[in-house]
Amino acid sequence: MTVQQWTFLFVACTFGLYLFVAWRARVRDTGGFYVAGRGVPAIANGIATAADWMSAASFLSMAGIISFLGYAGGVYLMGWTGGFVLLALLLAPYLRKFGHFTVPDFVGDRFESQLARLVALLCALFVSFTYVAGQMRGVGIVFARFLEVDVTVGVMIGMAIVFVYATLGGMKGITYTQVAQYWVLIVAFLIPVVAISWQLTGQPVPQLGMGSELTSSGQRLLTTLNQIHSDLGFTSYTEPFTGSWDKVNVFCTALALMAGTAGLPHVIVRFYTVKNVQAARWSGFWAIFFIAILYLTAPATAAFSRYYVFESLHGKTEQQLPEWFRTWEKTGLVVWLDDGDGEVAYHGEAQADKNEVFRKGSLGAAEFSKIRAQHFEWLSSGGAAGEDCRPALREQGLGGPDRDIMVLAMPEMAGLAAWIIALVAAGGLAAALSTASGLLLVISSSVVHDFYYRMIRPTASDRQRLRLSRIAIGVAVVIAGLFGIYPPGFVAQVVAFAFGLAASSFFPVLVLGIFSVRVGTVPAVLGMVSGIGFTATYILSTVFFGGERWCFGIGPQGIGAVGMAVNFVVAGVLTPLCRGPSEAAREMVAQIRAPEGEDPPPPVAGH
Amino acid sequence: MPSASDPIAAAHQRHWRRNVRLSLSLLVIWAAVSLGCGVLLADVLNAYTFLGAPLGFWFAQQGAVIVFVLLILVYAIRMGRLDRRLKSELAELERGGER
Repeated sequence: MTVQQWTFLFVACTFGLYLFVAWRARVRDTGGFYVAGRGVPAIANGIATAADWMSAASFLSMAGIISFLGYAGGVYLMGWTGGFVLLALLLAPYLRKFGHFTVPDFVGDRFESQLARLVALLCALFVSFTYVAGQMRGVGIVFARFLEVDVTVGVMIGMAIVFVYATLGGMKGITYTQVAQYWVLIVAFLIPVVAISWQLTGQPVPQLGMGSELTSSGQRLLTTLNQIHSDLGFTSYTEPFTGSWDKVNVFCTALALMAGTAGLPHVIVRFYTVKNVQAARWSGFWAIFFIAILYLTAPATAAFSRYYVFESLHGKTEQQLPEWFRTWEKTGLVVWLDDGDGEVAYHGEAQADKNEVFRKGSLGAAEFSKIRAQHFEWLSSGGAAGEDCRPALREQGLGGPDRDIMVLAMPEMAGLAAWIIALVAAGGLAAALSTASGLLLVISSSVVHDFYYRMIRPTASDRQRLRLSRIAIGVAVVIAGLFGIYPPGFVAQVVAFAFGLAASSFFPVLVLGIFSVRVGTVPAVLGMVSGIGFTATYILSTVFFGGERWCFGIGPQGIGAVGMAVNFVVAGVLTPLCRGPSEAAREMVAQIRAPEGEDPPPPVAGH
Repeated sequence: MPSASDPIAAAHQRHWRRNVRLSLSLLVIWAAVSLGCGVLLADVLNAYTFLGAPLGFWFAQQGAVIVFVLLILVYAIRMGRLDRRLKSELAELERGGER
């Protein structure tokens, strides 16, 4: 069987499984729809949280990013998992005790302000849509490459599946589908890397294989990588603080990702689905345990795929080029523009003029094929016609393969069996769909619960809200699908924005709301507004208007850390000057701090 | 909030203070392994080798995550114990009240 047939088989089987699970878990009330009736066992919730958490970015992109950045890629590992520690220790148990449906709900009730609720709501929507756009790109890549269907068709199939199981089962259906998706994605991630580790180093545990000697040369893998990197003009793989990743930026980016991760609404809402506070803590542990299985393996995947890229490309002639290169070349995610010597040369920043390996980046398909056609004309005419297009691509920073292909291409690079390659594709889809469904639920509950029910029509009945929630998911699915079919060229920058916003708004306001009984409405709202205002202005001016990085040279990815500090400082300075929270809000804080006790009654109209 | 002279409220406050102390000490370790060993000291630690990798690099890509898992495990266990302690203290008070 070919890779494509295997992929069809796996994708059909896993999609069938997800629909079956969702059908078994369908629900009929808002409690079940939003928080799965609060009856999910801690370990199942932990697995579902892990699947929800690990997006297409974790599965497809992260190992690729580490592969290209080396040491600096660690900020994503530390940032995303470190944020989980903040979430599990500082937020999850208390928000579970609070016991309502959403994050804006907590912000609005604790700080007794509809404005605070609205700001939190808008942030939740922005973060969620940004995230969904990324998932849809992942779905598009997998479909385009492995099933060779049009991206549009691929995205529509994916969206239809998510729509069916999200509207059918709500949070309950999503939770149990995510449990199934976790196992698909983790098996798909582990099998190839274990096989490759064995093949390269004779060590089946990839985490140890990464530090072992290569059986071919007897030299350590990481030492070999550092040597190749310095020979070909790349910055060192293991040395910290090279290039634009200086100490300040690594530090701030790690911190911003941590705080931003802790404030992601679709992950926080997961802790509302368990029985009690105790179960929320244990489900936090199980989630990080299952997340760590993938996150501790990703650095090994990164190092192995880095090694294979050089092994299979550099110095090869047209005839020697591997099969994986030919198949990925069709997508434009990697391309070879020769200088005329007939040998592939892949070089880094320091020897960029010699580099011949490029990628499409955010260029349009038509523009990119024109560039390639011109270059081939230049090549075949011996420089008489056409144009050498390498300098232009170099200037746009498009040297080297696209990082998103590394995880998907690695099994092919290592020459693994066709079914393993297909399995990885199914795993990528599982990662993208599980996160997308969680996000769609957050979007729908934000709009229907926080906006319609709590702000517009508090008298809406349970049945009305349930129906509206299903409609809202449908609308959100369509919008997300459009993002997938017409991806905005700036997805990467917008993701930095999402984390920056979550770090500078949600995280401080939630921590203050739980750990301080003195912070009242005005300091909280002004803190949140100034944190977001600072972060948004800085990112907009540096990314979109080419402004200077005036704040210690910190890049847009790390500025959320400063925005968070601004939020804390503003709230802290204003607190002694403004009116504290009311008796009711203090009572609420005391309540969420106590480990025992009943769930509060459902929110009362006109509160 | 009820006054601290109320013994039940006092028990809750003691529980809260222990909770905050535990969370803070775990967060100190959290910052030390990730932002400390993984970032601020990474260049210094890279002089040493651990499991075939430079130590600073290893902390950033493996060590920090391993410690994170253990931190949340310790938190879940210790908080469970603190909760039970509060429960028995409250039960004690109730029995005292009946006498």
